[in-house]
Amino acid sequence: MTVTLPSPTRNEPVAGVPNRRRRRAHPLTTVSPASRLFVLAVMILFAVYFLLPVWWLVVSVTKGSGEIFSGNGFWFGESFAFVENIKTLFQAQGGIYSRWLLNSLLYAVGGGIVSTLLASMCGYALAKFRFPGREAVFGTVLAAVLLPAPVLAIPLYLVFSATGIINTFWAVFIPSIVSPFGVYLSRIYAASSIPDALIEAGRIDGAGEMRIFGMGVRLMAPAMVTIFLFQFVAIWTNFLLPSLMLADSTLQPVTVGLVGWREMQGNPISYTTVVTGAFVSVVPVVAMFLSLQSFWSKGLAAGAVK
Amino acid sequence: MSPVTIQRPSRRRELRRAAPFVLPFLLLFVVVYLVPTGYSVVQSFFAVKRSGLGLGGAETVFAGLGNYVRVFQDGDFIASLGRVTFIGVIQVPVMLGIALVLALLIDSSVSTGRKFFRVAYFVPYGLPGVIAALVWSFLYAPSLSPITGFFASIGVDVSFVTDGALPFSIANILTWAWTGYNTILIFAALQAVPAETMEAAAIDGCSGWKAALLIKVPLIRPALLLTLVFSVIGTFQLYNEPVTMKSVAPNLPSTYTPIMAALRSLSGNDFNYAAAQSVVLGALICVVSVLVFRASARRVD
Repeated sequence: MTVTLPSPTRNEPVAGVPNRRRRRAHPLTTVSPASRLFVLAVMILFAVYFLLPVWWLVVSVTKGSGEIFSGNGFWFGESFAFVENIKTLFQAQGGIYSRWLLNSLLYAVGGGIVSTLLASMCGYALAKFRFPGREAVFGTVLAAVLLPAPVLAIPLYLVFSATGIINTFWAVFIPSIVSPFGVYLSRIYAASSIPDALIEAGRIDGAGEMRIFGMGVRLMAPAMVTIFLFQFVAIWTNFLLPSLMLADSTLQPVTVGLVGWREMQGNPISYTTVVTGAFVSVVPVVAMFLSLQSFWSKGLAAGAVK
Repeated sequence: MSPVTIQRPSRRRELRRAAPFVLPFLLLFVVVYLVPTGYSVVQSFFAVKRSGLGLGGAETVFAGLGNYVRVFQDGDFIASLGRVTFIGVIQVPVMLGIALVLALLIDSSVSTGRKFFRVAYFVPYGLPGVIAALVWSFLYAPSLSPITGFFASIGVDVSFVTDGALPFSIANILTWAWTGYNTILIFAALQAVPAETMEAAAIDGCSGWKAALLIKVPLIRPALLLTLVFSVIGTFQLYNEPVTMKSVAPNLPSTYTPIMAALRSLSGNDFNYAAAQSVVLGALICVVSVLVFRASARRVD
């Protein structure tokens, strides 16, 4: 879910927004050292609040079995059992965890790529072709951005169980490839970043519309990376829809599997294994964010400003 | 030739050009959004009647508004709405207040280490939803929690999972998971405030907190409004956190939130009633978002 606002009147390239305020307006000297220290203290306090549970997770993953709830929860234990914990995790229940990871990757990467492609094609057409019904399509899609996924999950379940695709790969994959937010963002972005002259020139040269879109894609890349990233995270962290649709544990993503393990209350799957599983499941999201950082921070800024 | 006859073929040509781009998305959008919504609305007007003692066959009959009357007489569903409203009223203002202050602090030249704090605040977004709830379920677990352990060692008895504490424990997970995300969005909007505006204000003697509250905050109202609407919607659709909390709080009712209540109807094969509950929840979210938009827009006038 991301915050966006329709105001199609702006014409400047969105990617330029974060750079506009390079000069700092206020000299530092007007602020007293005492208030600077106070501000720093407040900011550190909140950093501790946000980081402490993550720190607990990191520390807990290194602890030997039985150590996790003894001693100081926020510091390392006697033994360093990180490698053993990882081994145990991937061996538990015949190695089902790697299956869950693979499923999550399939849903999130596949769904992310297809939804980005479909949404940017639609957004591009909404921005660049003046066809009848254009505003009606855009308005309907925009309204869907406000409809939360969990509220839609139950109606989807009703339809999918009536058509019999429940408990299949498609029951989770099909809803994952539709991103109304992606259409919104790519329309705004295409309108400001792809010049009409490019399209005209392409037509004069006799290129097909898809070919011209292929050239435009390069200009829309930051928006497309943002759409992919948000859709990837949304699918990876989705829980309600897959838990509703998939009874077969070999089809489940890692979130559904882990919650199932948590509900066993430590037996036969130990708490350490659950915590290790939670830790490992976060790694792909963090890796994705770090590797695409320069793209998404721009796209995010554009979404918030617009 | 009149302009109309020129325009019509051109619009048709544009439609032919746009179709291959728009149709793939539109088709799936219809399948995933419009059909389920429509199907649920239709289903919500029917009910399954079982003849005799349930031994005979069941038949689906038109029930009119029967399911809706039932929704509004359903004590569990009304109570679940009350709970999410309570959690929203305490959690959303706290979260957005913190997010605004943190965004202003990162944006102001007073703060050192801006980049570090931006990343630190955004970290929880990397493990939102059910994984965050999972981690917190361990931090809340009675007898296992390192936090209650710490308090016990200094002689204070705390529990995060009593009936009274649960809404606050859940609100804390939400605040932890989403404050950083909102901070980054508000910060991005603050970055778009032109430096010239702030320079002019400083020359007029308005700087520091005064400038932040009187000039920056009004300028980023659209971003604030949207974080507000999305946070309110987020509270109504509450599901992951309470469900995960159930492993440490067995006292948590299975109809704790509206979504949980609808899911229970679903697992009881009460499909038509689950459809009605979903429609009511969806409609309620629409009404509340419109009200929030309206109320915030009026304050400016």
